[in-house]
Amino acid sequence: MHINMKIATKYIVALVLLVSFVSCQNNSRPNYQYMPNMYESVGYETYQESDAFKNGVEAQLPAEGSIPRGDFMPFEIENTNEGFAYAKANLKSPLDSLQVDYTEGKILYDIYCGICHGNKGDGKGKLVQREKILGVPSYDDVGRAITTGSIYHVIYYGKNTMGSYANQLNETERWQVVAYVEKLKADLEK
Amino acid sequence: MKKSYQSLEDNSTYYMKQVIYRSLTSRIVSLCFALLLAFSTSLTAQEGDPVNGKSLYNSNCAACHKLDKPMTGPALRNVEARLADEQGLDREWLSAWIRNSSSLIKSGDAYANKIFNEYNGTPMTPFPQLSDQDISDILAYTAEEKKEPVVVESNTNEGASQQGGVSNDIILGALALLFGLLAMALVLVNRTLNRFAKAKDIEVFTAQEKRTPLWKAFVQNQFLVLVTAIIFLLASGYFVYGYFMQVGVDQGYEPVQPIHYSHRIHAGDNGIDCKYCHSSARVSKTSGIPSLNVCMNCHKSISEVAPETLAEGTEYGVDYNAEIQKLYDAVGWDGTGYTGDSKPVKWIRIHNLPDFAYFNHSQHVEVGGIECQTCHGPVEEMEIMYQNAPLTMGWCINCHRETNVKVKDNEYYTKIHEELSKKYGVEQLTVAQMGGLECGKCHY
Ligand code: HEC
Ligand code: HEC
Ligand code: HEC
Ligand code: HEC
Ligand code: HEC
Ligand code: HEC
Ligand code: HEC
Repeated sequence: MHINMKIATKYIVALVLLVSFVSCQNNSRPNYQYMPNMYESVGYETYQESDAFKNGVEAQLPAEGSIPRGDFMPFEIENTNEGFAYAKANLKSPLDSLQVDYTEGKILYDIYCGICHGNKGDGKGKLVQREKILGVPSYDDVGRAITTGSIYHVIYYGKNTMGSYANQLNETERWQVVAYVEKLKADLEK
Repeated sequence: MKKSYQSLEDNSTYYMKQVIYRSLTSRIVSLCFALLLAFSTSLTAQEGDPVNGKSLYNSNCAACHKLDKPMTGPALRNVEARLADEQGLDREWLSAWIRNSSSLIKSGDAYANKIFNEYNGTPMTPFPQLSDQDISDILAYTAEEKKEPVVVESNTNEGASQQGGVSNDIILGALALLFGLLAMALVLVNRTLNRFAKAKDIEVFTAQEKRTPLWKAFVQNQFLVLVTAIIFLLASGYFVYGYFMQVGVDQGYEPVQPIHYSHRIHAGDNGIDCKYCHSSARVSKTSGIPSLNVCMNCHKSISEVAPETLAEGTEYGVDYNAEIQKLYDAVGWDGTGYTGDSKPVKWIRIHNLPDFAYFNHSQHVEVGGIECQTCHGPVEEMEIMYQNAPLTMGWCINCHRETNVKVKDNEYYTKIHEELSKKYGVEQLTVAQMGGLECGKCHY
């Protein structure tokens, strides 16, 4: 009898200890590391904090007017109503019919635009169906009468509540998407 | 008027069929009925149908107009009554405005120009396709009373993790209490049994006096001591090894982020593609955390979550609307425009390889065609992001040994693949066979 008692209490103590050990594990803090100096280089990491600049981050905006390397053409049409009207009337795609690649256009379109505009371009994307975002037009909307240039302008600068996609798509990708949108528009108008 | 026509037709065919059977009186009655029906539908038609109006409004106007708050354009609740009261403008003006506001502005209409300038010359899209009926439907919808939002109880004071901690503590406390009670019960049972035994004059068997105590017997048996010692050493070696091996491995790391951002809601429920936000995963080494302008592509319009979503939030102990407000504070958005007063959000980095290891996203995602979820786990179910994989070297190597290189439709690989598959005598090359185990590929 006595021995049983002792064993029982021992088990209980062991269990309580184990449970308390396990519960000490904390997932909201990173684990210990062996030699952190091998893990973190002296060089800056992207977006690292640093006192080198006034706003306290290592990553800074490029200086005003800087352009990327390679064959880059600045987009000179302004983000104004006049600019929009100008682009709508005059801007043309630099891609010729051989460079247009609807498969690539579709992949990009489905990632960035389909969520609102719908993968068919009818203005019924998933967010619209769930009534999270309203008022997304169909590409064959007569009042808007979108053109090559206006689509590009909208992707580049956004329009009213639609934001700009210039930082997610590079220049050729934007023109691929424009071509694909025009194809969707033509399909809708059939 | 199409509607009322139709109902008249329907009724008249009904009536025609009945001619054969019914008397004149019933004919007159049904004729009256038909007329009444036609009349009443034409009445409502003039008034506008708010249900149809709502769907028209949502698909055409809601991009720029909210009912109760100015957005790109002014708030439209009761706009017809408001304009009639304040400006003396009638339905005709409204129709002209909605069909083509810019020509109305050009015509020099005073109020049209005033409101146009008030909204910094933002043009409203023309809607020539809307019929009179459509416009009165829309206006009927805007004239509806405001529905009071459903109040959802939420306890915003406790953060999600805090709550998790509290409930854990409670469970642990309860367990400890249970163990305590068990121990006490055992002691009590033992005592009463002893007392019974004494009362009945049964001698309780006590080992101490007659035999050597157990521990002494144990100590005297050297073989047993040896075996126990070995087992003990092995066991503690196992645990110590396990402990040392997990140092530096952050599997399961789940920090509290400055904005409670839920992948479950965005990537799961709303099905937003991972690359919409992590767009550089397509083209570069890093996936990156989206900058806040990407968030604003949607959150310019989504300033509050739906009541159902808000109710889900109470399960996790967060007030989603307050979290969106944090986003607005960080980008400096006051509901209609940017104030220019922004501050960066300090997201806490979760997945982080040591600097001596090189990992490239576009190579794995675009070229290798691997799904994000293979490495990052069920992201679309994560309310709070955590690290799913250990990210150890063994983990990388294992996958490179098991996974085949996707050579199809990739010209770059045609020659390499031919040569190597001849060398190894296989059809499908694994990453390891292509050189994915060479130290220099991952360590520089
Ligand atoms: C977050 C939802 C959303 C996404 C994503 C989105 N749009 Fe839009 N888009 C809108 C809304 C809302 C409007 C209506 C804007 C307005 O005029 O008020 C619009 C309008 C447009 C128009 C018509 C503009 C005009 O001339 O009046 C085009 C063209 C367009 N979008 C193309 C795109 C393309 C291409 C993409 C992908 C790169 C895209 N959109 C992604 C919401 C979205
Ligand atoms: C592209 C964005 C946009 C869309 C879409 C839009 N509006 Fe407007 N609306 C505006 C703007 C901006 C103004 C303010 C005047 C101006 O700048 O032209 C305005 C003004 C108005 C006014 C005058 C309000 C007042 O208080 O004077 C009415 C009425 C109106 N809109 C109705 C509608 C209706 C109805 C629809 C849908 C069929 C609609 N709007 C769609 C942008 C839009
Ligand atoms: C609406 C934008 C958005 C979408 C869509 C999105 N994410 Fe994220 N993701 C974020 C933000 C913001 C963070 C940083 C906050 C956090 O860690 O929770 C993040 C963090 C992450 C991280 C952790 C980064 C780190 O610090 O290590 C991973 C991994 C990740 N996302 C994977 C995915 C995957 C996989 C998908 C698609 C299923 C996805 N994300 C979809 C915005 C998004
Ligand atoms: C493509 C559209 C889209 C983008 C981009 C987007 N959101 Fe959301 N967000 C939503 C939707 C839809 C909801 C849910 C609204 C509802 O259920 O009513 C939401 C809800 C939220 C919420 C409340 C629920 C939660 O997750 O805590 C927060 C906070 C939030 N978003 C922050 C962000 C941040 C930060 C970003 C940028 C990294 C971002 N969102 C980008 C569409 C978007
Ligand atoms: C083969 C495994 C693998 C796949 C597939 C993968 N990731 Fe990662 N991810 C990693 C590793 C490893 C890291 C840590 C990288 C580092 O620290 O350099 C990481 C880091 C991240 C980060 C943190 C920030 C960064 O860029 O370092 C984000 C965000 C992320 N991944 C998102 C994604 C998304 C979105 C996808 C799908 C498009 C994806 N990952 C596919 C393994 C993977
Ligand atoms: C889910 C499986 C998987 C995991 C996990 C994985 N990889 Fe890979 N890795 C691949 C595949 C598939 C390729 C081949 C891609 C291609 O076709 O070029 C690859 C290729 C590579 C290459 C280029 C090899 C070469 O010969 O050019 C490097 C470097 C690499 N991975 C690093 C890593 C690192 C570092 C990790 C761990 C943090 C990792 N990988 C984890 C599947 C994986
Ligand atoms: C597929 C990519 C890959 C290859 C190939 C690879 N490694 Fe690693 N190695 C890693 C990663 C990722 C880590 C970081 C693991 C961690 O943080 O736990 C690592 C860690 C290490 C470490 C441990 C450093 C420390 O402080 O923990 C050593 C040593 C090492 N590698 C040596 C090698 C050698 C030697 C080879 C060639 C035989 C090799 N690696 C090949 C990805 C790779």
